[in-house]
Amino acid sequence: MARRLHLGLFYTGVGPQTVWTDPDAAPHTHIDTFVHVAQALERGLFDAFFLGEGLRVRENRGRIHALDVAGRPDAITQLAVLAGVTERIGLVATQNATYNYPADLARRLAGLDLISGGRAGWNIVTTDNAWTGENFRHGGWLPHERRYERATQVVDVAKALWAGQPVTRSGDLVTLRAAPTQPASPQGRPVLFQAGDSPGGRDLAARHADVVFSAHSDYDGARAYADDLRSRLAAYGRAPDAVRILPGTSVVLGDTSADAAERAAWIRREQTTGPRAIAFLEQFWGKDLSDYDPDGPLPEIEPTEDELDPSRGTLPIDWRTGKLERIAQWRRLAAERSLSIRDLVAEVTPRHEGFVGTPGQIADEWTRYLRDGVVDGFNLLPQLIPQTIDDVVAKLVPALQERGVYRTAYEGTTLREHLDLPPVPELPISPIGID
Amino acid sequence: MTLSSLPPHTSPQAERGPEGPVERSSLAVELDGAGAHPGAARDSIFDPGTLVADVALAEQAGFALVTLGDSAQPVGGGIDAGVRAGYLALSSSRIGLAPTLHVTTAEPFHLATQLASLDHATGGRAGWVVGAQNDSDALATVGREPLEADALRREVRDVVEVARALWDSWEDDAIIRDVPAGRFLDPDRVHHVNFVGDTFSVVGPLITPRPPQGQVVVLGADTLGVTGQLDVALVGGPDVGARAERARAEGAPRVFAEVEVLLDAAEPAADRLAALGPWPVSDRLRHVGSLDALAALLDRLAAVVDGVRLHPAEIAVDLPLLAARLAETGTGPAPGPTLRDVLGLPRPANRFATTA
Repeated sequence: MARRLHLGLFYTGVGPQTVWTDPDAAPHTHIDTFVHVAQALERGLFDAFFLGEGLRVRENRGRIHALDVAGRPDAITQLAVLAGVTERIGLVATQNATYNYPADLARRLAGLDLISGGRAGWNIVTTDNAWTGENFRHGGWLPHERRYERATQVVDVAKALWAGQPVTRSGDLVTLRAAPTQPASPQGRPVLFQAGDSPGGRDLAARHADVVFSAHSDYDGARAYADDLRSRLAAYGRAPDAVRILPGTSVVLGDTSADAAERAAWIRREQTTGPRAIAFLEQFWGKDLSDYDPDGPLPEIEPTEDELDPSRGTLPIDWRTGKLERIAQWRRLAAERSLSIRDLVAEVTPRHEGFVGTPGQIADEWTRYLRDGVVDGFNLLPQLIPQTIDDVVAKLVPALQERGVYRTAYEGTTLREHLDLPPVPELPISPIGID
Repeated sequence: MTLSSLPPHTSPQAERGPEGPVERSSLAVELDGAGAHPGAARDSIFDPGTLVADVALAEQAGFALVTLGDSAQPVGGGIDAGVRAGYLALSSSRIGLAPTLHVTTAEPFHLATQLASLDHATGGRAGWVVGAQNDSDALATVGREPLEADALRREVRDVVEVARALWDSWEDDAIIRDVPAGRFLDPDRVHHVNFVGDTFSVVGPLITPRPPQGQVVVLGADTLGVTGQLDVALVGGPDVGARAERARAEGAPRVFAEVEVLLDAAEPAADRLAALGPWPVSDRLRHVGSLDALAALLDRLAAVVDGVRLHPAEIAVDLPLLAARLAETGTGPAPGPTLRDVLGLPRPANRFATTA
């Protein structure tokens, strides 16, 4: 069978990605919006609809961060709701391996899988920070370097329960005794997604994942990531194509290249408003910068010396230390290129590199990625809800279909079938495991 | 008085407010597994279509709410009740949906989020039956040991309290979408709850905006020892009247009686019971017999409680009989749209509200 692109949509629900200031923006927390999006994606024959997770509302210097969209449902509950109004699309819940009880999480995911007829997925994430943990019974208990150790054990427990086996564990990271409460779904078990980019995250992906939601959508980065992951897969005795690689990315469509570029620039400006640029710097400076002009030069006052706290959401590991050197770098960059605060923030904010162009241009580009084997598809992060989604379904999907790289109908009923993944291998019946 | 004099829904206009009993009773029905009798069996207990059909039947008949039992163990477990309730959200439009979530085996923060999400998805029809499973097998699923009676009561108290605080942690108008100022939220209307309980603490706020009902309707047994924190106390036993009175005195705005039912069908109820096997006595009242006799029982109960939760012995047999009788004789559903409206419970003020 010819290779085909697999598409997912990641409904983040928080952060500056979502342009809520768009006059046509739908209320992103309202159930009608979720239903509209999920049903539109299903018409567009998407593999999956993803929900993000963040277990504490983001803050800025001790106050609730007010500038970005916020307000999320419980992912598994919401996907169960959507299972009731969709037929085919996969439903993927981002769920934390740190702040969930393993057997409870496995059971809830299995329930979603069975009730949806085999359409559930679990995007496995970890959190180590004690700030998020303050919402949970055992907050902040897990050292950073052991978070994937815990996640691996949680996944092992889930896989055993999903295979119909009772499980007993008594270790310092996972202690429980549980038994399955339901039969397996038509796809055997939920599809496992993994998004972490650290070496520990990549190893977890190579060992357990069916799909990776990677961070690299530029061609060279995607190629390097795919090569690295395939070498790790070999180390775990898995075939090179055992895992689907879907980088997170964004899409801005236009009728012409110029039109698309103009829209992309507008989106970027909306994502980097003056107040957002100031709040971003405040996180680093550790000080009130509200008197500074976002269109003026960087603050001349010195930042506090403490490192960043994670209250704006989990920080990439390389941002957790070296704050002062980073600020010094920014000052040099701003001086060299005469950047305002807002320009600088637009320049340095981490973002998923996106695709900007006409439907035909983007479809050609994605066809090249697919044919060269650097990705299996993409997981789209919409900036405009629901407009990005409606546009992709109406314009980009037909362009991909014309090129023969996208399905024209769902052939299977389960998420595993949509992803062209092999059936779940039988889990060897193991004696009750003691760590 | 027959079942016909027990209209399913209470209209808000017809009752006297939260301090007194409602004038008309409400009916709830528990739908879990194959039914309340341990001998009940059904091929389709994992079939979502059956679940949807059962709830549609209950909704058309005019039941005020369905409750969905749960357990972390294979017997009585099945599909997680919160997942089932979510799945039912959009195939139903008037009936309340109240999953059992157990405080002892849940992260309180997740529990509060799940229920708030259900309330948003249903447009304000969510309830929560407070569960407190405490046997060693259930607790072992989360690596815990069973709790002593007093510790269990404190755990229930703390989880209900923190869930209620978290539901208030966003004020109703916290999302302001102030484009000129670039502010999506008003940060002064989203609050840390800083809850400190006996064995855990939660800073908050919830990740989910305030539920449409303000507070999800909280139902629980009077035996939990937290009656004053409930919206609907569930009482049973031979002294149901006295227990109802006590529950009201302890502050429950509504009291429902728990009644197991096994009805005359193609076979007389007594024969069905004999065929199903032993039915261990529970804390609930039990009716084995005709629909007319059930109506008479409900009539007597209406003098002491605000509603009744029925537990059909065999859902496949007893639910259609109950629904047919209710649909034929009931006065139809009262306007909602929320479960609070149906139960005549006011929408609570927000404990954190700074503005009227």
